[in-house]
Amino acid sequence: MTHDRVERGAIVSGIGMSRIGRKTGIPDAELTLDSTRAAIADAGISASDIDGIATIGDTPIALAAEQLGISTGWTSGSMGHYGLLTPVVDAFKAVGSGAARHVLVYRTVNMMGGEAIQERSDGTQMEVPPAMRDITRILTMHAYSAPNWLAMHLRRHMHLYGTTREQIGWLAINSRRNAALNPDAAYRDPITMDDYLSARMISDPFGLLDCDVPVDGSIAVVVSGAEHADACAHPVRVDAVGGSDGAGGWDQRPDYPKMASTDAAREMWDATDLRPADVDIAELYDGFTYLTMAWLEALGFCADGESGPFLEGGSRIALDGELPLNTYGGQLSAGRMHGYWVLHEACLQLRGAAGQRQVAGQPEVAVVSNGGGPIAGCMLLTR
Amino acid sequence: MTAIASRIIPPLDDDNREFWTGGVTGQLHMPFCAACGRWVFPPVLQCPDCLGVAAYAPLRGRGRVFTYTVDHYPFNPEVPVPYVIAIVELVEQDGLRFTTNIVNCPIEAVAIGMPVRVVFEQQGEVFVPLFEPDPDA
Repeated sequence: MTHDRVERGAIVSGIGMSRIGRKTGIPDAELTLDSTRAAIADAGISASDIDGIATIGDTPIALAAEQLGISTGWTSGSMGHYGLLTPVVDAFKAVGSGAARHVLVYRTVNMMGGEAIQERSDGTQMEVPPAMRDITRILTMHAYSAPNWLAMHLRRHMHLYGTTREQIGWLAINSRRNAALNPDAAYRDPITMDDYLSARMISDPFGLLDCDVPVDGSIAVVVSGAEHADACAHPVRVDAVGGSDGAGGWDQRPDYPKMASTDAAREMWDATDLRPADVDIAELYDGFTYLTMAWLEALGFCADGESGPFLEGGSRIALDGELPLNTYGGQLSAGRMHGYWVLHEACLQLRGAAGQRQVAGQPEVAVVSNGGGPIAGCMLLTR
Repeated sequence: MTAIASRIIPPLDDDNREFWTGGVTGQLHMPFCAACGRWVFPPVLQCPDCLGVAAYAPLRGRGRVFTYTVDHYPFNPEVPVPYVIAIVELVEQDGLRFTTNIVNCPIEAVAIGMPVRVVFEQQGEVFVPLFEPDPDA
């Protein structure tokens, strides 16, 4: 890891999102135009001030630039050490080192399914990240999708620690409870523990409500140099970041069922004086319930194996609990924006602008995480 | 046993070929580093610890279920559900494990710690290592 903490020279100056929903039929470029325009306006700058663009997924950088009428400048576009948030951290480092002043980062998804290796809309395949290079021998075993790979982690956790589905269900219930207060969330009707337990099995012990909701949408942020903070209405500061090289892949970690989130959390805490007790808001990746449990343990909000009891009853993680979790409804209920809605929500909450679901007491420190298996990235953001 | 549906097979190379084809002898094979006294998985012919040569050798083909999942969703419509995906840890070495399927066993009977033995499913030149309950354990 780098110890220069160049990312501290960055702020998130603007955020924006498109309409997000199930099977909207809206072309990805249009979603991207909506979110990027919104983020640029929110940052209080003009499109011509943007001198860098970073993304992964739908809508190529050249097209995003063309429809905003700008040149691309500095670019980044791969999944790396920080998982799906790699473009964001690359942008932090770019503005922190002076390589760019205002970087536009967006993430656009068109109902992306669970395939291990995605095809782009132009038919080309995304580069396989190093963490996924052992995936073909796992696909051999008819283990085609992430719920298969991750359900085995959860089963092992249940075996080692006595974790129950009734404990895990609180994650789904909490997400839906928060989504009810988020008009942009895909699913907003309340669910009960019975609903959770009786949902059809996908990959046992994962049922349907352990899995996130595919959506169409785009979320964008503008990352600016910290010198822009005074001119920005609502700067969100970057305190620390952490990532992982994914050693051990999907089934070889000696500390299984831990995942790369353990490495990323350690790297992040090593780069800051803040401690888990300082965190006011947790926006933790929940592509599947178990991933959030792994992040809770990795980040030190509870001890190894104790995420089940931590979740039980759902009060600790509620909006008025000691650790408000996935306050917008998470990917489980709001929708699968692949690590970008957590970032957007952390910024909203730190600004005090989350409306009905705003956490009381002016939260000052938020943790954001993304990824599962050998993919992980996390960051501490402050007001 | 007969293949129920064609499986995705990793591209074979010098490192992994014998892992995937060695089952033709009826035995599971992995590279072994004599200098370290360790089996090497994922299969590569250079020991990741000492960088010396690792050479393929047969294993007993016995292990225990380390963890598993029962797939109920037809991600591949050609594969009948439900079926069991598992990680099996081999008896030779702590942590020597890989993802596989448990076959020839009622789904309800699968449990973590269950003793299993290798059984191969042939697909062309490849013999895919799967596991079934070990009657001798």
